[in-house]
Amino acid sequence: MKVTVKLFASFQAGRFNLEIRDYPDQTPIISIVQELNIPEGEVGILLLNAVHADLNQPLTDGDVLAIFPLVGGG
Amino acid sequence: MFLLQAFLKEKAVDGLIPWQQQQAAAEKFQLTVSEMETVILQAGLLPARYQRNQQMISTAQQLQLFQSKVAVVGCGGLGGYILEELARLGVGQIVAIDPDVFEEHNLNRQLLSTIKLLGTAKTDAAVQRLAEINPAVKVSPVKASFGKENGRDMLGEVDLVVDAVDNIPTRLDLVEICRQMNIPLVHGAIAGWYGQVVTVYPGEDTLQKLYANWSGGKGIEAKLGNPSFTPAVAASLQVAEACKVLLGQGQSLRKRMLSVNLLNMQFDEIPL
Repeated sequence: MKVTVKLFASFQAGRFNLEIRDYPDQTPIISIVQELNIPEGEVGILLLNAVHADLNQPLTDGDVLAIFPLVGGG
Repeated sequence: MFLLQAFLKEKAVDGLIPWQQQQAAAEKFQLTVSEMETVILQAGLLPARYQRNQQMISTAQQLQLFQSKVAVVGCGGLGGYILEELARLGVGQIVAIDPDVFEEHNLNRQLLSTIKLLGTAKTDAAVQRLAEINPAVKVSPVKASFGKENGRDMLGEVDLVVDAVDNIPTRLDLVEICRQMNIPLVHGAIAGWYGQVVTVYPGEDTLQKLYANWSGGKGIEAKLGNPSFTPAVAASLQVAEACKVLLGQGQSLRKRMLSVNLLNMQFDEIPL
């Protein structure tokens, strides 16, 4: 299946801003996070087709996934 | 009061009261400069310092801002700019909350920090700085960490809270206390080239959603630090939000977060 993955802020560095990537059907979001070497503890908001998602949610063909880092400094 | 009004009308230049006349009037009529500012604004006159606000903020709105009380939680990177901008805007009462003193590693970004003030409480520096900018503004310093136990006392009678905290658990405590007390909150957070701003009205769980995946520790700021310009950008966005919330104007970042990426100059709006 094809999934559009959008990365934000520091997650873009050394990776990409937006890519259409191939994954097996029903791949959970967490597998993509791991594949991209994004530390799980750094993951902030996840948007799946512009709706809030959690790490265990499985993906389907044509999904758009946005991954933002946790930002907490002041 | 009639004498005072006549005095002010006589001293006004095109509807503006110069600072020296505000001071003189306060002395003559035995009022504080803050009380005098209220009288001036209620008379439909404008302290001259606000003349460049006039095209976007009416005299009635300037009075509304002056009668508002805003708490700034955190007086560091974000907080320094927020305090400065709120005082220049003319918000009349500001509660400045922070437990820390200035250290050398603050000098790269924290507006209120100077070499001379290393070792000085950030809240004391806030009082000094704001008194130099706008003596009509009342600043209440609270040199303590915001927490669940003491938070309610710190936010008494506040119209709005600005979140300038440097860690996630305190932000979650803050939004919870604001929810209990029915106070709107303007959230801002930064890390390196990146920042985020969102406004939370009572009853909304925006911040809980934002940090739903947080399981302890710091955000990416632990790796990235913070430069001089990111706090200035995020803080200014927060003060623009604060101004609109206080005046009930424009469209705030309600249930939508602005994500700022200064490295690629990317501004994204995220529905929450």
